[in-house]
Amino acid sequence: MSATPVLALRGVSKRFGAVQALTDVELEVHAGEVVALVGDNGAGKSTLVKTIAGVHPIDEGVIEWDGRSVQINRPHDAQALGIATVYQDLALCDNIDVVGNLFLGREVRKWGVLNEVEMERRSQELLRTLSIRIPSVRIPIASLSGGQRQTVAIARSMLGEPKLVILDEPTAALGVEQTAQVLDLVERLRERGHAVILISHNMADVKAVADKVAVLRLGRNNGVFEVKTTSQEEIISAITGATENAVTRRAARTTSTNGEVSK
Amino acid sequence: MSFDKTSATSQGGVAVDTQEAAAAAVTAVDPRLLVREQGLKGYVGEFKRKMKTGELGSIPVVIGLIVICVVFQSLNSNFLSAQNLSDITVTMVGTGMISVGIVFVLLLGEIDLSVGSVSGAASAIAAVLAVNQGWPEWLAVLAAVAAGAAIGAAHGFFFAVLGAPAFAVTLAGLLFWLGFMLKILGENGTINLDSEGLIGKLTTYFFTDVAAAYVLATVVVAVFFLSSFLGNRRREAAGVPSRPLSDTLLRTVLLAVVAFASAYMYNQYKGLPLATVIFLAFLIATDFLLRRTAYGRKIFALGGSVEASRRAGINVTAVRVSVFAISGGLAAVGGLFLASKIASANQSAGTGDLLMNAIAAAVIGGTSLFGGRGRTWNALLGVLVIVSIQYGLQLESIAEPVKYMITAAVLLTTVVIDSVTRKTQKTAGRA
Repeated sequence: MSATPVLALRGVSKRFGAVQALTDVELEVHAGEVVALVGDNGAGKSTLVKTIAGVHPIDEGVIEWDGRSVQINRPHDAQALGIATVYQDLALCDNIDVVGNLFLGREVRKWGVLNEVEMERRSQELLRTLSIRIPSVRIPIASLSGGQRQTVAIARSMLGEPKLVILDEPTAALGVEQTAQVLDLVERLRERGHAVILISHNMADVKAVADKVAVLRLGRNNGVFEVKTTSQEEIISAITGATENAVTRRAARTTSTNGEVSK
Repeated sequence: MSFDKTSATSQGGVAVDTQEAAAAAVTAVDPRLLVREQGLKGYVGEFKRKMKTGELGSIPVVIGLIVICVVFQSLNSNFLSAQNLSDITVTMVGTGMISVGIVFVLLLGEIDLSVGSVSGAASAIAAVLAVNQGWPEWLAVLAAVAAGAAIGAAHGFFFAVLGAPAFAVTLAGLLFWLGFMLKILGENGTINLDSEGLIGKLTTYFFTDVAAAYVLATVVVAVFFLSSFLGNRRREAAGVPSRPLSDTLLRTVLLAVVAFASAYMYNQYKGLPLATVIFLAFLIATDFLLRRTAYGRKIFALGGSVEASRRAGINVTAVRVSVFAISGGLAAVGGLFLASKIASANQSAGTGDLLMNAIAAAVIGGTSLFGGRGRTWNALLGVLVIVSIQYGLQLESIAEPVKYMITAAVLLTTVVIDSVTRKTQKTAGRA
């Protein structure tokens, strides 16, 4: 694992009107590493992802890409850096066919004209390598089932050979078989050296593929855990805030007096 | 129809079939390619499937056109005469051009109510510049079209940048540009155009040489055949599904029949009208823009999902402004054709039922009011229906009030068909 993280967030904050969605959030992702981002509903996971993807520019803080500070103000900026995002609400156009959706915003052109043949060929190739099953690459997204749409959305993120892939609850709408496929896909991404941020509610999925778990609670960091050495209960208590009780407070006081503050 | 079966199984969530089935599924026949079984039988099967799933496209309007022809021809044998048909296809160009602009706006799922007034304003601008100011006509025409595009872009600015509803912005535009037109036309209210000038010629010039119509028909058919044939060859070479040759041939023959019949019809009267040639050129160009360029893809994407488009890095504001500019520009072009028809720019230009007809034409032709579905050819079919009805009723000397009511009935029928087919498509999973 390289020393410099592909992506590092330092003290990132974001407000929407009266709502402080994110406060001083820190996050590091290295190449070839899967970081699971977990938290309760409304903890700020989706907002955090959107700030990285350029949908909502950050208010305060620094985003570092390969060690240098960058501005991500538009989705285009994120794409240009090599960040691909698969959203929970899919972000596909129902009226356009699979090929059109896969290449939306980065169409293959020849003399300014869409090169449909090349796009269709590459779509088939891509779907085959990811063993994604859909009836045809030329049917509109509206004709596909929820699971099929999810796999198309993930396949789409792979087209630009991104350095960082963000998956927002990729398995939430999937059946058992398709969930397994998506998790396989995540591992394949790691093997190929991509950095992956995986948002999930499903602890089994997280334990299965993630290297690290970053917990968000009420828009703030609530710990980063190594998956191998952490039990599921510890992660869940960090998510729900159950760590905040008399025992942990006492523990925190004793450690801080020893001068040993750990996350 | 192997495709329908596989999609049905996987959609039903029933144990997703075996590996082999999946491998076959990915390479299943392209459903856009209409013919699965070759020959007539395939077409009949395909037609039945489309009827069932509500994927009607242009079928209702083509049937409607045939009904219109049969009804009016039986009432008055002059309806299908070369003169009447030629007149219809020249008259429709003005409204048709405006309607093409409306198709662009409807694809976004928006509406432009200002196109009638903008077309009137553009004709007034051209007339004032050419007649009162003594500009060369070609320059006045360019200025009028540029003004139309600028007006459209201004509407787009209020809509896309400031976030006002397009409906309200263009309603304000409707009033404003009507007032603007009346103001620049001045006291007289009418500026007569030189009927031998560029604008006058737009609807009065005919290629009298018999060869012209046939040459054009031949070129159109040949280009269509070659582009489909070579396109299929490229698809085969790349190993993606392609149409069978018989399908390409059948389409070419159908097109050839229509093209040569039209050419023959025009030659029975004054020859090939310049207006129709220009309209065809605009239709082909706009269709190409919408379906073969990245820009057109962006318009469809916005009609499908604004959020998805934004996340795909599409500049939503720029596309929206540009679409309204196209709508304004095409409205100006349409206004010039309408002015050419009466050889003047007057106070009634762009008023009356023009706006409604332009929108109705787009919708009747099969463009969805809900955005994301439609082609510029829809405008041609729709405007053919509307103008045919007008001419047919005129031949029967049926008064204006009844004309309005009949056009309204046709429009309502189409909108109902659009809404109902959308429902059917939803249940068939193809909306």
